[in-house]
Amino acid sequence: MIAKKDLEHIAWLSRLELSEEDMEKYTPRLNSVLDYFGELDEVDTEGVEPTYHVLPINNVFREDEINAPAKSLTQEEALSNAPKKQDGFFKAPRMM
Amino acid sequence: MATINELKERIHAGSSEEIVAEYLERIGGSKLNAFITVAKENARKCAKEIDSEGHDGSLAGIPVAIKDNISTKGILTTCASKILTGYVPPYDAHVIERLKDAGAVIIGKTNMDEFAMGTSTETSFYGPTRNPWDLDRVPGGSSGGSAAAVAGGEAPLALGSDTGGSVRCPASFCGVVGLKPTYGVISRYGLISYANSLEQIGPFATTVRDIAMLFDVIAGYDARDSTSVDKDVNYSSALKNDVSGLKIGVPEEYFGEGTDENVNKAVWNAIQKLEDLGATRIEVKMPHTKYALSAYYIIAMSEASSNLARFDGMRYGLRAEDSDWHSTFSQVRAAGFGDEVKRRILLGTYALSAGYHDKYYLKALKVRTLIKQDFELAFKDADVLIAPTMPYPAFRLGEKIDDPLSLYLADVDTVPINLAGVPSISVPCGFSHGLPIGMQVIGKHFDEATILRTAYTFEENTDFHTQQPEGL
Repeated sequence: MIAKKDLEHIAWLSRLELSEEDMEKYTPRLNSVLDYFGELDEVDTEGVEPTYHVLPINNVFREDEINAPAKSLTQEEALSNAPKKQDGFFKAPRMM
Repeated sequence: MATINELKERIHAGSSEEIVAEYLERIGGSKLNAFITVAKENARKCAKEIDSEGHDGSLAGIPVAIKDNISTKGILTTCASKILTGYVPPYDAHVIERLKDAGAVIIGKTNMDEFAMGTSTETSFYGPTRNPWDLDRVPGGSSGGSAAAVAGGEAPLALGSDTGGSVRCPASFCGVVGLKPTYGVISRYGLISYANSLEQIGPFATTVRDIAMLFDVIAGYDARDSTSVDKDVNYSSALKNDVSGLKIGVPEEYFGEGTDENVNKAVWNAIQKLEDLGATRIEVKMPHTKYALSAYYIIAMSEASSNLARFDGMRYGLRAEDSDWHSTFSQVRAAGFGDEVKRRILLGTYALSAGYHDKYYLKALKVRTLIKQDFELAFKDADVLIAPTMPYPAFRLGEKIDDPLSLYLADVDTVPINLAGVPSISVPCGFSHGLPIGMQVIGKHFDEATILRTAYTFEENTDFHTQQPEGL
């Protein structure tokens, strides 16, 4: 079961600011879902391999060329949706 | 409701501009809220070009509605989320390139559950879509806008995406045809990811023939999606009115407790109909079905927590007032995501976090293996499987939205298909108190041809698909 302290930690990992009110609202709902997930404990998976992908997936390589196979975006296109930009760069918040 | 071939005849004799204008007028006067963005200018301009220059593509001049999580160059794409406010993609998804090459006209972007997380299209930042058969009911989700648009005559064709039933559920609730292809058949390039190991783009239409025509255009290899599979198939040529000798597997686990009596009856009648037409029925056992929901939700939420990490307000969408790195991102995500998206990110993060990874995520992946094996075993004897798409017809707006778990339970019959990566088509097979019922025909990996043939044969010998909602 998730306690308030756990939820604070998960929210921090998730980069989601939660208010006190959110915490109170989410905790019982998250716990009821986790409680349901608990049914998997009864499945015997001894020796069963996990399936990450349903089809055999291999690495796909491309030529180390700017235009192959997908055309890259221009700098202007890449920045076209940026809320804050400066001198042709995305502007990030300060680190510290 | 006009079929693609009928529309093509009209375009040939008249103009695409005229047809596009008719659809735009219907959308303009609609109560369904099926669209987030109506691409009026774009659609008129494209139609005009097709008319003046001619086009020999298979969908020349035909309007298509696109779910709002598929990138369209120059047209607002929001995923029905506040966090993507104002986002205009600088590139087209692979399926959009294919549609444009075929001459299709993008008429607008359809409403959906926020980031495709839902079964009712009620979690959209842009308000819920309504079911054309009963405006007080949900259209299903998450591609509810696309299904409602097709059922309501606001677009002859639409694209959705199906992560755990998001094409088949709304197809069933709105009484149209919807296909979730085999994982890898349609490129996901330009589809904004929710749970990438599970999801596929899928077509909506009013008939199986139209589904096959649209599917022929959008399927195919694309080097930009590393999970794309190179298979060359002509799906339209698979449409034969013939199921003689076809072995239909019926998994009793899909007809269990909690399934509406009228749904059970309609699907069994449909199976009987196919038997009358020459198919044979066999029983198959899929003993791990009851664990599919938990496994699905753990995997989907885990993948979502990773995929949605990119929404930080730096490159697109909403931006918070700058403070430090962590707070700026946490605040923009708090302001931009809705409750259900937050819950799934939190649970996914939890399921992947130190100490819980093995208990939840790894366990779910192992159960996924068992579910996949259930399908492999069933398909040793059966050519296709038939089951209800949804356990009940469309529910009322607001009925389940405050109880996430009860909404998740609605996906009981659709999620196993995504875990196994097999194809499934939902077709109308009856009505309950005036609301459509859908059945799904499930196939082996890459055997879309057989499920299309089965669905087509059923359609040719019944009239459920010809019925339309009244009073729109």
